[in-house]
Amino acid sequence: MTLDKLGIGKYGRIIAVRGHGRLRHRLLDMGLTPRVIIHMQRKAPMGDPVSIYLRGYELTLRLEDASMIEIEEVSI
Amino acid sequence: MILALAGNQNSGKTTLFNQLTGSNQRVGNFPGVTVDVKEGIYRADKSIKIVDLPGIYSLSPYSSEEILTRDFLINKHPDGIINIIDGTSLERGLYLSMQLLLLNIPMVIAINMMDEVYANGIVIKTDVLSEFLKVPIIPISANKNEGTTDLMQAITGLVSNRCSPPKQDFCSGAVHRTLHATAHILEDHAQRANVPASFAAVKIIEGDEPMMKDLALGKNEKDMIEHGIVEMENELVLDRMAAIADMRYQYIEDICKKAVVRPKVDKHHAKTIKIDNILTHKILGIPIFLSIMFFIFWLTFGVIGSFLSDLLSGAIDALAIIVSKGLTSFGINPVVESLVIDGVFAGVGSVLSFVPTIIVLFFLLSLLEDSGYMARVAFIMDKLLRKIGLSGKSIVPMLIGFGCTVPAIMATRTLTSDRDKKMTVFLTPFMSCSAKLPIYAVFAMAFFTQYRALVMIAMYLIGILLAVVAALISKKFVFKGNPIPFVMELPNYRLPTVKNTMLLLWEKTKDFITRAFTIIFIASIVIWFLNKFDIRFNVVQDSQDSILAVIGSLIAPVFTPLGFGNWMASTALITGFMAKEAVVSTFAVLLSTGMENMSVPLATVFSPVSAFSFLLFTLLYTPCVAAVAAVKRELGTKSMFVVVLLQTGLAYTIALVFYQLAMFLG
Repeated sequence: MTLDKLGIGKYGRIIAVRGHGRLRHRLLDMGLTPRVIIHMQRKAPMGDPVSIYLRGYELTLRLEDASMIEIEEVSI
Repeated sequence: MILALAGNQNSGKTTLFNQLTGSNQRVGNFPGVTVDVKEGIYRADKSIKIVDLPGIYSLSPYSSEEILTRDFLINKHPDGIINIIDGTSLERGLYLSMQLLLLNIPMVIAINMMDEVYANGIVIKTDVLSEFLKVPIIPISANKNEGTTDLMQAITGLVSNRCSPPKQDFCSGAVHRTLHATAHILEDHAQRANVPASFAAVKIIEGDEPMMKDLALGKNEKDMIEHGIVEMENELVLDRMAAIADMRYQYIEDICKKAVVRPKVDKHHAKTIKIDNILTHKILGIPIFLSIMFFIFWLTFGVIGSFLSDLLSGAIDALAIIVSKGLTSFGINPVVESLVIDGVFAGVGSVLSFVPTIIVLFFLLSLLEDSGYMARVAFIMDKLLRKIGLSGKSIVPMLIGFGCTVPAIMATRTLTSDRDKKMTVFLTPFMSCSAKLPIYAVFAMAFFTQYRALVMIAMYLIGILLAVVAALISKKFVFKGNPIPFVMELPNYRLPTVKNTMLLLWEKTKDFITRAFTIIFIASIVIWFLNKFDIRFNVVQDSQDSILAVIGSLIAPVFTPLGFGNWMASTALITGFMAKEAVVSTFAVLLSTGMENMSVPLATVFSPVSAFSFLLFTLLYTPCVAAVAAVKRELGTKSMFVVVLLQTGLAYTIALVFYQLAMFLG
């Protein structure tokens, strides 16, 4: 599945970051690398973007960009 | 000795900078894209210059901040780097450190926010980290000025001994092999381009185009490197970009396992979640944001600001009367007295009396910024802003624009796409800056006494509304382009520190007062002079005969269709281009009156309808010189002219349509 499908409050582990160029580099730089665990925090009032918690901090990104990130749901 | 401060956004760089440099800070001016690199002198040793670089997450060449930092570090060769990391998000901070370590510049890592780290129950064994990274690691709390002396001792010691971080391997296996091979191939080129080979190698593997250009590799070398990279990709089943990022984070995770103990629950973040459950609430989030903005303006105009301003303008007028009496009884030449009272006191005083209001507005906006709420505004408004072709991040410069257009335009630098940046710069002038506030206040008081609050709010709303329309039009026809990624940190909420807030307010107050006594002071004297004498330099009885009236009358007909084709209005608009506060000070000088009694003489110049038309024009016409210069710095000369002409053209059209319609409808 992809990150945009992850339910609020659920955890996921990154398998791969797709996409290309600047966006992808940015995602990788911000620590969205394979194997990292992500905790879905909340959706913005209008349903998009979302905010996630990883590596000790909170990050916001759009659903469209989150759909580039392949994950597997894990339970913690 | 030049020391560069580098670190993530929001890691406390500027706090540290202010602690180290004290009140000595000034804005440095470097050639190139930007002037946003601040430099200051270390207060304990004047021979040390400290440079505050923009906050970045990586040395990749994507945003202008990253490019700026990279160019500074590589081309300006600072003597040392202070790499500051937010201890509560150590991993992400170290990701940048691993790139900085390759630059072959003496470096220390300052782990900041140690007070929060302790409070959160996180343990960071700095000695263990230091053993791995082979640079000194100093725990600090920049906001409490703890550890900063140790930090400075460590870095100055390293710099004096020219002790750069030793070369070391952060990786093994395929990445390691490829890095070595690549560094070997490009070594000569790197030396010629004056960049460390290991840094160049990582960047080339990441696919960094500017680095590729700088190195000017031959075809043969390029092929060899490419071959090695493809081999690495095949072996790892990861592409090059991911392989390098993964390598770095892998290493960071390994050392953090040994050096950091995190409690199960992140207490500070738990608090942030609780606050966000309300502030970014599904239904309440946007209404809360609008209420906060409304509250800020209500406080500024309605309660604190206007109370303080009234008090101050009363005091200034009283002082003017005392001085005037003093001058008269001393038998001073009436022309000189007129210069002091009608020129300086009226002009400078009219601006000074608004300083409290403007400071209150800045104070409240700074609270939004420093607390971390601004990032949430970007979060909740992103989808709406995307509808008009912008991203959530654009809201930050626009909100700052209510304070002053200059820092707002500089804040657009955080926008990663040129298209968004350009569009935001074009739209920011629609947000009424605080220097326009005196104009609205004076005119609303004079012509719409009963509805003055309404008129002032209307000015702000008309500005916003036109910005939305302009955005929609330009989205359709001018700035088509692709939407850009919106990937942004949401920092934990923090209480703004008293010291930092005070420092900011002091800077702003100083700025406005300085302007009152320089630009406004000179403009007032010039206006007074031109208004007092005729073309043969005789003192005029009636200002209708003055030099200014002659010049103003030449321009005035242009504004006749707008309802204010008189020379006073044209003069005020011209001086308003120098600084918007000058519109009011010009009227004060021309009508030779203090702030308190401006309403009556003003009514002889405008009718309520032409006054409103004039307000519309001042709301929209070209931003002041300083803001125009900021536009030029960000987007270049062509865009600067476009902004000036577009804004003025729009102002003219809107005021014309309004006035003609109002006249037609009677």
